[in-house]
Amino acid sequence: MTLSALKPHIEPAPGMVEQRGLGLWFTHAIMIFGVLIVFFPIWLAFVASTVTQPEIVSPPMPLWPGDQFITNYKKALFSGVNVPVATMLVNSLVMAIGIAVGKIVISLLSAFAIVYFRFPGKKMFFWLIFITLMLPVEVRIVPTYEIVAGFGMLNSYGGLIFPLIASATATFLFRQFFMTVPDELAEAARVDGARPMRFFWDILFPMSRTNIAALFVILFIYGWNQYLWPLLITTDPEMNTIVMGIKQMFPSGDDVADWPVIMATSILAMIPPVIVVISMQKLFIRGLVDSEK
Amino acid sequence: MEKRVTFKGWLLPLLLITPQVLVSAVFFFYPAGQAVWQSLFIQDPFGLSMQYVGLGNFEYLLSDPYYRASFLTTGLFSILVTLVSMVPALFLAVVADRLIKGAGAYRTMLIWPYAVAPAIAGVLWLFMFNTRVGVVSWYLGNLGYDWNHVLNGSEAMGLVVVSSAWGRISYNFLFFFAALQSVPKSIIEAAAIDGARFWKRFWTIVLPLLSPTTFFLLVVNLVYAFFETFGVIHTITAGGPQQSTTILVYKVFSDGFVGQDLGSSAAQSVILLFVVGALTVFQFKFVERRVHY
Repeated sequence: MTLSALKPHIEPAPGMVEQRGLGLWFTHAIMIFGVLIVFFPIWLAFVASTVTQPEIVSPPMPLWPGDQFITNYKKALFSGVNVPVATMLVNSLVMAIGIAVGKIVISLLSAFAIVYFRFPGKKMFFWLIFITLMLPVEVRIVPTYEIVAGFGMLNSYGGLIFPLIASATATFLFRQFFMTVPDELAEAARVDGARPMRFFWDILFPMSRTNIAALFVILFIYGWNQYLWPLLITTDPEMNTIVMGIKQMFPSGDDVADWPVIMATSILAMIPPVIVVISMQKLFIRGLVDSEK
Repeated sequence: MEKRVTFKGWLLPLLLITPQVLVSAVFFFYPAGQAVWQSLFIQDPFGLSMQYVGLGNFEYLLSDPYYRASFLTTGLFSILVTLVSMVPALFLAVVADRLIKGAGAYRTMLIWPYAVAPAIAGVLWLFMFNTRVGVVSWYLGNLGYDWNHVLNGSEAMGLVVVSSAWGRISYNFLFFFAALQSVPKSIIEAAAIDGARFWKRFWTIVLPLLSPTTFFLLVVNLVYAFFETFGVIHTITAGGPQQSTTILVYKVFSDGFVGQDLGSSAAQSVILLFVVGALTVFQFKFVERRVHY
């Protein structure tokens, strides 16, 4: 009998909480299987974007990429179906960045006003803004459409962006954050005779950088993935965004869709948000958790 | 509500708050008011005359079998989307939580679908189940199952549910995984020493500790299924066959923009407004409770 066998066994037996050996491989196998299933639709779209139309329309299509990658993506980007996908990508980019930046700017300012000032009607404004938390654009589409049409903003970036920045999520978030900033900072600034905007630029804004970045990730994806609103207000194909434009690439009636080009477009449509999410994963998760709190 | 230390002046804060108030007023309060106003009238299809009908639109809606069917469809759809997106996410998170190494890599891969817009997800799934070229429908056909979501209402419902739930699996996984990681390992180990097996530990310790996260995700996913799945429905089924996938938000769109029945569409907006309101109050109540947890 060795000495170690005499030691009292106080640790949980292997495999009870953490796993080793066979159990560990089994756990990895389940995860890989899960990832494969979740990933399959994306993989299939990618494969379809690298093969020829005849290969797709005589099922089953191959499950491994072909050699038409450059041909299909070139065709999609520079000629597309109604309009080059490159144009739609630019529109989506302008819209997503416009919404993210617009929302962040107006809500930084209004949160600053609400937290750091006392002024007449403050309570009323506060509630006016926070009531907008409640209503997604899907619910008020007809009247909002009429207003945008009345302003002559159909088929314009302004029409795509402005109605979607009217929401209080970001204001709410910045207000929460400003409340946690120590009072001493504002006090010191006041004692030093700094003007409010000076305090905002030199102290509050630099302190909010991480929150701004996290919010940017969330809002960029929100803007990029919009569907119904661009569908209503961009009747000119030149103004289509990629997420809504892809539906317009399907032929009406019995014609066969140009699947390789459509699938190449779907891959192009997911690349920017995926890059943003993967590269800023930590910020993204933080932004998600914060904005849902 | 506000800081102990505030800056003086009332003009500056009013200026700061103006952009947000302006955007909210023009693109939020005015359209919402319009929706309420329009819901009291019947408009002829050319927009030439309006007739005041009081609550007539609402009475008509509530007695309309199609509208009531749409309510049921929305309920069924939302519950299914919530279940199909939460159960696999919880399962994968529990499995990933058992890994000490490699969990981060799986998380990075599982995050992808979240970045894919609902409308694009619709296109990807439509491609797999397309009655003519779809890979999955082809293999199903080989197995003797004749898949046709264009004609079969339940298959159409199944397809839009899975397509809508797909991206949410990533989202729910992130939250479940973060919550699991914060469960103190000492509790789990104590239970393991007392002889509790994995499933026993899961049901009696882990799941109750996850209940705030689970409840939160339940509400958020329901809201998602209600309002953000328009893109999926529009790309895959356009509400068909025979309105079997016409959820409430889709009906607002199809009655208002396709059917040009503005009064009814506005009344539906108002009803949805109450639904969102109820859900938001519910959510806020819950968030309050979660803080004290």
